[in-house]
Amino acid sequence: MFAITGRMRRRLEARLWLTAGNSLRSGHPNAEPALRCTGAARYPVRVNGFRPLTRVVPREPRPLLGWGFSFYTSLLEGGRMTLRDTLEALKNEALEAVAACGDIKDLQALRVKYLGKKGPITEVLRGMGKLPKEERPIIGQLANDVRAAIQAAIEEKQKALEEREIQEKLASETIDVTLPGRTQPKGNRHPLTAVIEEIEDLFIGLGFSVAEGPEVEKDYYNFEALNIPKDHPARDMQDSFYITEDILLRTHTSPVQARTMEAHQGKGPVKIICPGKVYRRDTDDATHSHQFMQIEGLYVDRNVRLSDLKGILTIFAKKMFGEDRKIRLRPSFFPFTEPSVEMDISCFHCGGDGCRVCKQTGWIEILGAGMVHPNVLAMSGFDPEVYTGFAFGMGPERIAMLKYGIDDIRHFYTNDQRFLQQFKRA
Amino acid sequence: MNISYKWLNEYVDLTGVTPEELAEKITKAGIEVDQVFRPGEGIKGIVVGYVASCRPHPNADHLNLCQVDLGDETVQIVCGASNVAAGQKVVVAKVGAVLPGGVKIKRAKLRGEVSEGMICSLQELGVDPRFVPKEVADGIYILDEDAVVGDDALPYLNLDDAVLGLDILPNSAHCMNMIGAAYEVAAILDRDVRLPEPRVEESDRPASEKVSVAVEAPDGAPFYGARIIEGVKVAPSPKWLQNKLIAAGVRPINNIVDVTNYVLMEYGQPLHAFDYDQFGSDRVVVRRAREGETITTLDGVERTLSPEDLVITNGERPVAIAGVMGGADSEVTETTTTILLEAALFDARSVRRTSARLGLRTEASQRYEKGIDPNRVLLAADRAAALIADLAGGTVRKGVVRAGAYRAEPKIIEMPWTKINAVLGTALSQNDVLAVFRRLRFDARIEGETLVVAVPSRRPDVSIPEDLIEEVGRLYGYDHVPATLPDRASQGMLTAYQKKRRAVMRYMEGSGFYQAVNYSLTTEKKARSISYVEEAGHTPVRLAMPMSEDRSVLRLGLLPELLETVRYHLNRRINDIALYEIGKVFLTEEAALTDLPKERERLAGALTGRLRPTDWHHDARPVDFYAAKGVLEGLFDQLGLTERIEYRAASERTGMHPGRTADILLDGKVIGFVGQVHPTLQKTLDLTETVVFEVDVEALLKADVPPVRYQALPRYPAIARDIALVVDEAVTAGQLAAVIRASGGPLLKDIRLFDVYQGEHLPAGKKSLAFSLTYLDPERTLTDEEVAAVHERILAELKEKLGAVLRG
Repeated sequence: MFAITGRMRRRLEARLWLTAGNSLRSGHPNAEPALRCTGAARYPVRVNGFRPLTRVVPREPRPLLGWGFSFYTSLLEGGRMTLRDTLEALKNEALEAVAACGDIKDLQALRVKYLGKKGPITEVLRGMGKLPKEERPIIGQLANDVRAAIQAAIEEKQKALEEREIQEKLASETIDVTLPGRTQPKGNRHPLTAVIEEIEDLFIGLGFSVAEGPEVEKDYYNFEALNIPKDHPARDMQDSFYITEDILLRTHTSPVQARTMEAHQGKGPVKIICPGKVYRRDTDDATHSHQFMQIEGLYVDRNVRLSDLKGILTIFAKKMFGEDRKIRLRPSFFPFTEPSVEMDISCFHCGGDGCRVCKQTGWIEILGAGMVHPNVLAMSGFDPEVYTGFAFGMGPERIAMLKYGIDDIRHFYTNDQRFLQQFKRA
Repeated sequence: MNISYKWLNEYVDLTGVTPEELAEKITKAGIEVDQVFRPGEGIKGIVVGYVASCRPHPNADHLNLCQVDLGDETVQIVCGASNVAAGQKVVVAKVGAVLPGGVKIKRAKLRGEVSEGMICSLQELGVDPRFVPKEVADGIYILDEDAVVGDDALPYLNLDDAVLGLDILPNSAHCMNMIGAAYEVAAILDRDVRLPEPRVEESDRPASEKVSVAVEAPDGAPFYGARIIEGVKVAPSPKWLQNKLIAAGVRPINNIVDVTNYVLMEYGQPLHAFDYDQFGSDRVVVRRAREGETITTLDGVERTLSPEDLVITNGERPVAIAGVMGGADSEVTETTTTILLEAALFDARSVRRTSARLGLRTEASQRYEKGIDPNRVLLAADRAAALIADLAGGTVRKGVVRAGAYRAEPKIIEMPWTKINAVLGTALSQNDVLAVFRRLRFDARIEGETLVVAVPSRRPDVSIPEDLIEEVGRLYGYDHVPATLPDRASQGMLTAYQKKRRAVMRYMEGSGFYQAVNYSLTTEKKARSISYVEEAGHTPVRLAMPMSEDRSVLRLGLLPELLETVRYHLNRRINDIALYEIGKVFLTEEAALTDLPKERERLAGALTGRLRPTDWHHDARPVDFYAAKGVLEGLFDQLGLTERIEYRAASERTGMHPGRTADILLDGKVIGFVGQVHPTLQKTLDLTETVVFEVDVEALLKADVPPVRYQALPRYPAIARDIALVVDEAVTAGQLAAVIRASGGPLLKDIRLFDVYQGEHLPAGKKSLAFSLTYLDPERTLTDEEVAAVHERILAELKEKLGAVLRG
């Protein structure tokens, strides 16, 4: 079926395995060597400087042109033309045929026809013995030139045809790239989680750890350890969900601070932030929720100053709301800090000129803070003569509402997917 | 607390400081000014008019035709008020005038008579109806006779004032009165304070002839003083007094009550005026109430008292609840002629407790609760007595009848003065520090390194060195405090648990779930409607006083509220839902809590509808049990727990489909479940087919897993062999896999089920399961014979243990 000499075949195969093994194997593992070679035809592989495929040809090519090789030989034999003319005519005819060829298979046939072992050039060369000695090198040279010219033309044509074939294949494979792709459905985190994690990461970068504690808390940790004794007017500020007289839903995450300080047994530093859910007796409406999130921070050590609080909070404001933010501390009151402050940031919406977001003041209230009250330090086992500390607390809902322009706190707890999916990038 | 700018100006010179600037300064110094209210804002064209004549409208029953002199002209105004009369000075909105709310006054014709303007009531001028004096509540406002016709009427009504709304926190109670606010503003502006100096003209007859005072509960009432004023005539107060009270948000009643309220606002000292003749005796006895004792308070409500409450009695029955409200019986009325004026100190906690228990918060109780200045109790009594004598024409009897005593010496606080800079991070000099205390009018000096400050009794909120630091900080201004960073470096990071928890969340989101955050409070019925991880043995923790039944108990599991969220979406025709929640549940076995409940973190998910919407690639696939299970399997794999997890059919879980639910076991212990919601519950909740899971995320994240160790990659290829097995329907995939695993030996590396078939070509009651088994020896290439041997062994075991045969 395929004319290829035994020696050539072995050499060729060995080389093909090495050079294009994968492509061949992937074609068909049980394929005959010849078929493998067909597979190899798609991948130009050179064996000893030749395209191996020029040797892989049908034994009996389809007749392409009217005349067979015998025509030339008969011309020669008749002596009506010189060998030189014959070669010249052969070259012209071959080049024309190649130029007219429009199919790779046909081109293969031409190659065999003109350059094959039984082709006319071989025959010419074979007939050189009849020539005078001095002409032999000349004709030999000429025959080689003709062969090279035909070979070059075929190769060029081969390239052109392959290129055309590729182009046709590509054209037939063209798809509508605007059709939607295959996607994997993806959810995303809750916007409050996004805000909390951002704040956590920010403070972790500043050397804080994340501490957590129970949501159902003892009155002691929720109030008394924070300098809010029973009957203290401050308890008015936060009506609480009591379960028993001594157990309630925590109204802030400050009890985690008290518990953490207690666990440190009077040895600083304590440097934590405490995110979590808290609960207060509020009727749910656009700006109130009986359950909400809080993040509190605490830093207790020797020589902690209010100016350190200001420095840390300045970094927080800039990272969270933009590098241009300015902060302002206003005196305030919290039972567990003394002095107490509230922090405003310059409005990120108008830059401080006054707008709807900042209610024309240029400032937005973000959090409460202060220096830890000596009673709180002492109750949790820290000597207020040795240690000072600062604490701060903020509401992720408020921050998320400001940051994303959310107008109703209830959205956070309704969990509408159409709401949630707006925060994919958050 | 509402502070009238004009009134404040009587104590501190506010020249050059607008109300808005003042508000800003007060806020920056620590007391937030909520708003600056200008009651006359937007009002234009209001003048004083004189009603020259008034006659009934010829064509209307309730209208009057008034000729009103406006100074430069006299106009006819049709007026419907019943209290209009000739000779009155009234407030007239001229044609073209603008009233609050943008109401414009135009020339009009009423029943054929021209009306050129409007005679106004206080309500029409924007005064809150709650503060309008009774006598003019139903008609026009009548000015005093000395009002000048044609003048702008706003100053007569104090409507040109500005009112600052102060948000009083527990530490700023000292600003709950005009004098306290004046001290504060004087310190802020560094100006002087002008205080009233009450001088009472007393008669020779001692008050003690008329009344005696005894305090039987000195812990509740350290001091009680009483004055007697005789011969008063009860009448409406003059306009200046009414205007001030209205500005402060108090409704004028009569000259006696108004004076006590005025002094309350001015000094912060609550006072009470009893009608002496209705008091019921000449003995004031302050004591704890008796169980079940009742009193009808001024607001007409009968209140039952408890022994915790402190009451003023006439020796027999309560006539007032101390520090909260007086009784109706001894109320000052138009016929009152002798006043018993109470000026007392009551214990803050006692007042607070009573006021909270009765749900009765008054101007008096709010001040007692937060602590008042004992130094002012007698000053206030004198001030009120003098004003009553002046306005109601009475005579003040000599002396204050009193019981108990009080200490009002300044409190001395000492501290190293350098601590101020150490805490604030500032570099203040001694003079800077002393200047602040001078402005506050605290006596202060620095002796060596020690700062000694005498804090006056009007500032009970300042009691420890830190309070002094705060005073310095807030008046010096936190703007001047530098921003520094702590000296000591420290490292922070998430705990292993926190890191893993975040990874779980990211995994769920990557698997298509949106994170929900639900309320922890739910109803008992919901809490019990569907299984939770432990399944039984716990009581939902109940709030003592829930705000509503909907939010009355703490959740045992996350699913009830998560299903509620699913329903919310279905109601809005959002049918493809994938939600997860990670949060705490609250477990206790106690019916009444004596200790904190156990809090466990749970992960729950709910899926309904389609995993992904139909698109041009493929048809949508509805969610099912395996969709939820697959998500969990991926999670367990990520956590390195796959080998230790087991699924066990669970047919008894509340609210779950008995044939489509599995318990999830970690190391043999149930840590959760996955399954389809029971069709009955689905129907009750109006849900489509929904699959859910809930697992104890703490058990997952705290499970001990070996650290990640690299394993050398196999150098030899693995060999895969597929087997299709025919077994009885009842045989589970899990059983088959277990047998394969057990009999596979060390060469068997992986088992993957890739087909399940039942139906045609198989006998009834049989099913076929196809597995792909992967064999590998890391040390060498396996031969077909070796694999075949293991394979045969597996098949033999399968046949023997489960009757499985190779599918032909």
